[in-house]
Amino acid sequence: MMGAGKTRDHSALADVFNQDEPRVNWHDETLWFIRQKRDKAAFAIPDWELLRETASQIKAHTLSHLSQYLQEFEKNAQANGITVHWAADAQEHNEIVFSILQKHGVDRMVKSKSMLTEECHLNDYLARHGIEVIDSDLGERIVQLAQEPPSHIVLPCIHKKKEEIGEIFHEHLGTEAGMSDPQVLTETARQHLRETFLTRRAALTGVNFAVAETGEFVVCTNEGNADMGAHLADVHIASMGIEKLIPRREHLGVFLRLLTRSATGQPITTYSSHFRKPRPGHEMHVVLVDNGRSVQLGREDFRNSLKCIRCGACMNTCPVYRRSGGHSYKSAVAGPIGSILAPNLDMKKHADLPFASTLCGSCTNVCPVKIDIHDQLYKWRQVVVQEGHVDAKKAAGMKAMAAVLSSPATFKLAGKAGRLFMRRVPLLVNNSFNPWYKQREMPQPPNESFREWYRKNRKQHDQ
Amino acid sequence: MTSREKILRAVAQNQPALLPLPEVPPFQQDTSELSGRFTEVAVAIGARVFRVMDYGEVAQVLRQNFLPSHRIISAIPELAGFAEATPLQDAHRHQLATVDLAVAAAHFGVAENGAVWLTEEQMGVRVLPFITQHLAVVLPVKQILPLMPDAYARIGQAAYGYGVFMAGPSKTADIEQSLVLGAHGPRTMTVFLID
Repeated sequence: MMGAGKTRDHSALADVFNQDEPRVNWHDETLWFIRQKRDKAAFAIPDWELLRETASQIKAHTLSHLSQYLQEFEKNAQANGITVHWAADAQEHNEIVFSILQKHGVDRMVKSKSMLTEECHLNDYLARHGIEVIDSDLGERIVQLAQEPPSHIVLPCIHKKKEEIGEIFHEHLGTEAGMSDPQVLTETARQHLRETFLTRRAALTGVNFAVAETGEFVVCTNEGNADMGAHLADVHIASMGIEKLIPRREHLGVFLRLLTRSATGQPITTYSSHFRKPRPGHEMHVVLVDNGRSVQLGREDFRNSLKCIRCGACMNTCPVYRRSGGHSYKSAVAGPIGSILAPNLDMKKHADLPFASTLCGSCTNVCPVKIDIHDQLYKWRQVVVQEGHVDAKKAAGMKAMAAVLSSPATFKLAGKAGRLFMRRVPLLVNNSFNPWYKQREMPQPPNESFREWYRKNRKQHDQ
Repeated sequence: MTSREKILRAVAQNQPALLPLPEVPPFQQDTSELSGRFTEVAVAIGARVFRVMDYGEVAQVLRQNFLPSHRIISAIPELAGFAEATPLQDAHRHQLATVDLAVAAAHFGVAENGAVWLTEEQMGVRVLPFITQHLAVVLPVKQILPLMPDAYARIGQAAYGYGVFMAGPSKTADIEQSLVLGAHGPRTMTVFLID
């Protein structure tokens, strides 16, 4: 599905997703249920808004002082015995990870959730170099076995039904055919991955927060998979985007209150693991990755997207995401936040994403660090059009609309013509070539425009 | 130019003018009934909580759930008679895969989320509270703090190598949002609130 999707844009892929209506409804309702859990958790905190505002300001300050904090983090991490690497782009990140594995003669690695490694396509790169990677988060393991990317940053296989997962487990992990009980499937994965954890000498994890002041980093999981991998292995590699920094340890007291309440409605993840030093005799590596982040930092209108703490709340609430599925975004991070991050990485390839929104603003309202997501989506649309990255049809339509809207005379004429045609020849708009007509009835055209009505009534009133 | 220099130069060039770092404000908190609220949240996230008078009572509760044939490890001196005597070594950490129960002392708990704070010296070996099938934590009832900012005020500048907030047993809801306890880590977590 993803292979075919490379040439198709978000709305075309959403069309594919929408062919199975009961499934779309199920997907929609599941995510809305998580959004409701988020609300319940947020409303239980009396000063939730103060918490959001504080988090947003801490991130804003951090971004304004990032070069200094990166150096402070490096110095303190090194003093703790952590090896710090710098990767300008995805390619360099992958090469650094590979060179660490090569140095230790490792050809099998276990990995916990890291959206950055999805962004860098690390698994594919390592596979090409003869390294086997097993994803240890249950949802990620499921999509890995299905040879699909995750469709959600927090809930990687939210698009899959348990029966489908049962089939995958039957094929790959030997469960009996037709078994789809989540309890049994999870237990099977536990046994399978326990063997993996016990036999891998290298583990890679993501990073939720890195603290400049202490040189430590925090990894949050519910399953305990990051810890099982990292504590059993000889070598722990942690990959992080440079925007994951926070200035001080005490700031974790703000962000850890927000993260999981926003993500799943839990008061905190089961495990919030603070890695400050490697175990004696073992290695801990941190790879600091730029990959376009410094460019985004320079875009004044889009800089705030770097505040993101990857909770996924904007996806769960988004009416477009819920009804189009994560895969229709063709980006490691889907949904509203993904749609403002991806155009920075490749504007031409992701030109469709800022349009995958109704601009309703729900994403902005739930964002725990108060990113102005829907404003940025709107601003990206203008940039993308100006740079000539929209298809000719959309560009022509927008040009025509701009011409009509900028001249009162043309606007009047166009309105009149529209009303006339819709009354006399409704087929002209009520046909499948009109995308607006697809899921809607066209309105009954009024007999006169507001302008005409106003002129008539104003005259009466004046007399 | 190294990548380090390149990244730092690009970031320095593109970062906006310095914005102020806000003080973390005092958040609203209820300091009454801390153990009651801790218990309520911990139970809601899947933990079992017992209020006990002393370590004798801890051992008594655990004996009801575990047999002498079970492999039990504890770094708490008062429970020495109940657990394996061999000291833990990081080099032999893979052998902990057969542990049935690990018992550890926690520094403190947090009422708002039912989490307890552990550092590696309380675990013996970092992987122990994850690889064990069942986990029990002993928490002095006076050491329950209201909110996470209180937790970090308590942690201060502590120079641990590894520390973790643990909130309930390992869990996942990755399959159709059905909650399953015991993903990769402990299947159960028991907290003993000790006077």
